[in-house]
This record gives sequence, structure tokens and C-alpha cells, in this order.
Amino acid sequence: MTVLDFINHLLRRQKPSGTMARQRLQLVLAHDRSDLNPELLDQMRREILEVVQRYVEIDIESCDVSLETEDRVTALLANLPIKRTREFPLPSGSSAFGGGPSARIAVASAETNVIGGPSPSPATAPAETGESPAASQP
Amino acid sequence: MTTASARIILICSGKGGVGKTTLTANLGIALARLGKTVAVLDADFGLRNLDLLLGLENRIIYTAQEVLAETCRLDQALVKHKQQPNLALLPAGNPRMLEWLTPEDMQTIAGLLAERSDYVLIDAPAGIEQGFKNAAAASKEAIVITTPEVSAVRDADRVIGLLATMDVRPVQLVLNRVRPKMMANQEMLAVDDVTDILALPLLGLVQEDERVIVSTNRGEPLTLEANPSPAGQAYLNIARRLCGDEIPLIDPSKKRHGLRARLINKLRKTTGLF
Repeated sequence: MTVLDFINHLLRRQKPSGTMARQRLQLVLAHDRSDLNPELLDQMRREILEVVQRYVEIDIESCDVSLETEDRVTALLANLPIKRTREFPLPSGSSAFGGGPSARIAVASAETNVIGGPSPSPATAPAETGESPAASQP
Repeated sequence: MTTASARIILICSGKGGVGKTTLTANLGIALARLGKTVAVLDADFGLRNLDLLLGLENRIIYTAQEVLAETCRLDQALVKHKQQPNLALLPAGNPRMLEWLTPEDMQTIAGLLAERSDYVLIDAPAGIEQGFKNAAAASKEAIVITTPEVSAVRDADRVIGLLATMDVRPVQLVLNRVRPKMMANQEMLAVDDVTDILALPLLGLVQEDERVIVSTNRGEPLTLEANPSPAGQAYLNIARRLCGDEIPLIDPSKKRHGLRARLINKLRKTTGLF
């Protein structure tokens, strides 16, 4: 390490590359070694959607977040159709807004559970409860 | 000369170019120097190189293929090392061979070698395909060699997973091409990082050493030298640990190198910033 590198370290507070190597390896091996358990994947999926929704309005019903493995390489693929961007990013934390989208997902699944029948598609369920333009789509 | 007690050790890495063949050659010579009879089997016949590293490339006439076909005897195919006659090389095949040997073929060959050796070292081909699996099928235990780089460690992890399913054990780790200064400066995966991630006992640490290139050029493994360089000494230590000697391992990532590194390490510890 040169003195210049050292100064850069101090100024940018950059992590040493050895640490980065360890962290990246641990992540990639976690994928390599086992498939992520579905519960955790679902929780991660919901949290990812919450974060993305703070910045853009997305079409919840056609969102897809999944792990895919091909030729021994696993990838987390997220397909999140954007309806429009928000003018101001919503604050983080679930109290102000976070309850909104996640609640909507919950409502959608709850209603389909309650009604049980094949008639209401998940897309129409939030429309009945919904107040936002995001939910009014057929 | 032992039979049942011969140790058949696979030397593998997954990734190519991390030092499998260099380790096989040096470990073979080192064990021979310790008075053991050693057979080294080059299981990578498509891209065989063990003969070259041992300086035996001009003396190969037959391979395991001819032994299996019974067109020659095993002792005709074995190439003895001139300076260390305890060591003999057997190439699995020649590059013109179109088909892989079967796992059974490899087991037969390893069994024949085990009858006349204390140690059989099998230099596995890179990758995790059939050639590797055949070599693993013939082995009882394994040494996984890797370097402190993300790609090599990841590939080693795949190999370790496969070895576990094939009941090859024990599996021990050799960390190659270690750069002590970079490790001390945390610009390289630390020894602990690699052993923690791969969850294997450490058999040896080999420093990056220019002498390795010189020895490869000459076809004379470092462990032949009376006063070996740091890497040569590391290979000798690995051989002695394999034989049961307890030789302490010195972790270069915990060493302090000069005032600057000490200052950096102290800063890292106290601030936790970087």
C-alpha cells in the first residue's frame, strides 16, 4: 500500500479490498451452497418492494422477484414494472407510509382468502379497498 | 513397501492455475526425501503437465492406458525420478486419447500404485467434470489447494461440496500464493477468512515466491534443493505435517510489517472506520 493509498483510505473511508472480498464471497457462497428458503425469499421480496415503492409507483400485481439458477450461477431477478416516479421520495420507515403498500398486499391476499372462490382476481381486490390510482387499474 | 496402509491423496482445486501440479510435484519430492515411497499420478491427461514440472517429460513411454490394456507392465510405465528414486510418475493417458478413463479404471490404477507405495498423489484436472470425478473416485483423502482470491475460493467451495458427497475424507486445505504484506494490510483475503469460509483444517501456507517460476522453468521442484526458498520450505512442512509432524503455522495476516502497517492496523482497530 502506498502512502497515497493510505490517504485515500482515510479520506474516502474506503473498506480494504480484503474485507470486500470476504463479504462478496460470503454472499455468493450462500447462494451457491443452498437455495434460499422460501419464507426468507418472500420476506426479502416484500421489503424490496417497500423500498422501491418509496421512490416509484410500481405495478404490484405484475412484480416478480425470484432467484434463478442457470449453469450453477444463481441470480436474484426482480422485474418491477414502473407506473410513474414519485415527485418526492417517501420517507423510510413503515410508520409514515410503509404500511400502505404492504397492507395492500396483505389486504389482497386476505380478501382472496376470505372470499375463497375463484371469482375475484388479486388485481381487483385492492381496487375495492383502494384509494390510490395505483390500485384502480383493472 | 506397504499395501493397505498406502494413503491415496487427491490434489484438487476446482479453478485452474492455482498450483495443483506444483504442489503435487513438490509434495511428491518432499515425501520421497522423508524416505517414503511415492507414486504421483497425473489424472489430467488432456492437459498433462506434471511430467514437465518434475523434469520427466522426455522419459514417458507408456501411460496408465497401456497398463490397463495390459500392453505393458506397471513398472515399465512408471518413470522414476533420477535424484529421488523413491518417487515415480505415472501419467493417466496421453493427450491424443479421446475418451476419459472410467472411475473404475482410475480405482484400478490407484490400487496398483498403492500396492507399491506409501503415498499415491493424484493430480486432479481443473474443473468439476468427469475427469475430476474419476480422479476423486480413486482417492481416499484430499488436499484442496486455493489462493486468497474470490474466484479460487469459490471454486474450491464447489469442489469441497463434491468431495463430501463422494465420501472423500479427510479434506485439508493448502493456501497458496500468499502475500504477507497485502494480508497484513487487509488488501487480500486473510488466512482466517479462507479457513472460516471453507471450513477446512489448514495443512499449509505457501508464500508467493519467484523461485517457483525458476524451478518450473528448469523442471526441478523447489523441494529438491538442500536449502529451499520460502515456498520450498512450505512444501517440505506440508509433507511433514502429512506424515504427522506438528509444525506451527505462522499466519502472515496477523504479522505486523513495519511502522506504517502497525499504524494502519491500530487505526482500523480503534476507529473501526475502514
